[in-house]
Amino acid sequence: MSFLEIKNIRKKIGNVEILKGINIDLEKGGFLVLVGPSGCGKSTLLNAIAGLLPPSSGDIVIDGQVINDLHPSQRDIAMVFQSYALYPNMTVEQNIAFALEMRGVEKAQREAAVKQVAKTLQIEHLLKRRPSQLSGGQRQRVAMGRALVRQPRVFLFDEPLSNLDAKLRVEVRAEIKALHQNTNATIVYVTHDQIEAMTLATKIVVLKEGMVQQVGTPAEIYNHPANLFVADFMGSPAMNMLKGKVVSAGGAQSISLFGNEGVQVTMPPSVTTILPEGKDVILGLRPETITDAGLVDPDARATAQIAADVIMVEPTGSDTFVTGKLDGASFTARTRSDVQVRLGEKFPFSFNLDKAVVFDPESGSRIG
Amino acid sequence: MSAANETVSAGQARVARYFIYAALIVLALVYLLPLYVMLITSLKSLDEIRGGDMLALPGSPSIAAWVKAWGEACIGVSCVGIKGYFWNSIKMVVPAVLISTLLGALNGYVLTKWRFPGHKLVFGMMLFACFIPFQAVLIPMARLLGLLGLSNSTTGLVMVHVIYGLGFTTLFFRNYYEAFPDELVKAAMIDGAGFFRIFWRILLPSSGPIIVVTIIYQFTNIWNDFLFGISFAGGEGSPMTVALNNLVSSSTGVKEYNVDMAAAVFAALPTLFVYIVAGRYFVRGLMAGAVKG
Ligand SMILES: Nc1ncnc2c1ncn2[C@@H]1O[C@H](COP(=O)(O)OP(=O)(O)OP(=O)(O)O)[C@@H](O)[C@H]1O
Ligand SMILES: [Mg+2]
Repeated sequence: MSFLEIKNIRKKIGNVEILKGINIDLEKGGFLVLVGPSGCGKSTLLNAIAGLLPPSSGDIVIDGQVINDLHPSQRDIAMVFQSYALYPNMTVEQNIAFALEMRGVEKAQREAAVKQVAKTLQIEHLLKRRPSQLSGGQRQRVAMGRALVRQPRVFLFDEPLSNLDAKLRVEVRAEIKALHQNTNATIVYVTHDQIEAMTLATKIVVLKEGMVQQVGTPAEIYNHPANLFVADFMGSPAMNMLKGKVVSAGGAQSISLFGNEGVQVTMPPSVTTILPEGKDVILGLRPETITDAGLVDPDARATAQIAADVIMVEPTGSDTFVTGKLDGASFTARTRSDVQVRLGEKFPFSFNLDKAVVFDPESGSRIG
Repeated sequence: MSAANETVSAGQARVARYFIYAALIVLALVYLLPLYVMLITSLKSLDEIRGGDMLALPGSPSIAAWVKAWGEACIGVSCVGIKGYFWNSIKMVVPAVLISTLLGALNGYVLTKWRFPGHKLVFGMMLFACFIPFQAVLIPMARLLGLLGLSNSTTGLVMVHVIYGLGFTTLFFRNYYEAFPDELVKAAMIDGAGFFRIFWRILLPSSGPIIVVTIIYQFTNIWNDFLFGISFAGGEGSPMTVALNNLVSSSTGVKEYNVDMAAAVFAALPTLFVYIVAGRYFVRGLMAGAVKG
């Protein structure tokens, strides 16, 4: 049974429809991540859930209760803002206690609650400071403390890590994940960072221009993207999109790549229907499915070896990204770091087609 | 070559700076000269004023003129000094400044954080109020005060100054709150604070610098106002500026320049006081934000 239900939410500002009928539901204790490019309506949706920006139509239901007409303070939600929105005139302690004070909680009880949250977040030594005297990471923690202290039904996070530097972001990300695992809180989290989405979510919703593109677990989104947009948006480096044509030979189908009849790969096993001969398709391959021969999964059923010119080599330390080019089309492969790859020379790339996906170039959606 | 150039330009910069400082000092002296003359004249005896050099220091300084101006000088027909009028002005300026500042803050808050359809028009009209000359509103205002039964009263004068000042105070606070993050208001809403609580607990405590600016501005304007004072409050209820004018123009016998000057200093003291006290808080408020690191 779902705990948070978003039913056909639409939002119009002026003549522009910003949310075009969003349907999402989330189970209790779930971690929902909303991802999408800038301007796709993530913050708008979050503000609608919070009650700060009422939707034009649709329902928001928490735990069976329709909360459309409730004031933000009565929805029993807490929100962590991108800018943290700490009250500059109050100490950390007062910031965390403010919501309790507004709800008429006794002073002694407030102090105990603040102390406990401060302990969880390890900010006890900062309680008497003002926000201006804190570092970025400390401010972020105080903002989380302010949300945690109320023990709300749903937490809303709007890009809470985007103001932190890269290292701190990874640290705090891990902290948020641990926090979710320990408290089993229900969380809706907005980001445009697909790594944050993959690492944190139990459920990912990919948005584009106010429409849901796909809902699924991180693995589903990553391995079975519903369309070209999701495939391209999630994953770094991005999925390789190779143009191809369907070739039927006997009973088996295959795809010719790079506009070259001579380069053929077997049809990926995920495609279960028979496609018409000569049909244009797009073959999607994650960089880790194109490797050097030594890295090929021994259990792979469908593989192919294709030699291509090496036009770029990017070592990351753990492994190396190699860009290959054949007949004007390029692709990124992920090889072991100790493989000898030389710029400008031909290299035999191994394609693992087990995890390849096939898209229809016209509709953009996945065929298999 | 380039090193030589740098020395030359550094030298030039130094010369330019000396020049600027020299100009600033000269201008400051020009502005301070009248104050100097006022002060020393108020400390001289009448004989010394008549016979002597205007810029010379007093031979035997005495505060007799100050005492007289405060408690004995004749204003119109009654010879009780300016002290009553001084308190009139205080009674007018304190509520007028506080009320107009508070209302301006509230207006600024609504115009930036609780926007309603037509908020731009409302703000535009308030701005327009800043540009209406005093003279244009005298007669309608007199009529209004008459209708309200507030003619010739300090309350009426307070009301006039509040209304007239509202355009300015709203402008100050609106611009200040425009830059105040909306997310703080949203966070407070989720935390359960209502309209006034958000204002009192979140906005106002962060408004130190703009409150000081507004108070200095309003205090100076209202304290120094003469036209509204002479139009809407007469006789015993006049503010300080009107009394000063009456004092200076009503001495029938000998012209007591030292008493006039002492009264003028009294009239100038409160604004000076506000600048010195509040100005320091103003600078302190700015510094507090600047050194957060
Ligand atoms: N007050 C407004 N008036 C008109 N359009 C608006 C308003 N607020 C937001 N929009 C538009 O709504 C769309 C969605 O905005 P939103 O802030 O939800 O995007 P977002 O997905 O959160 O983007 P980002 O990742 O940049 O934060 C944008 O195209 C934006 O231009
Ligand atoms: Mg946003």
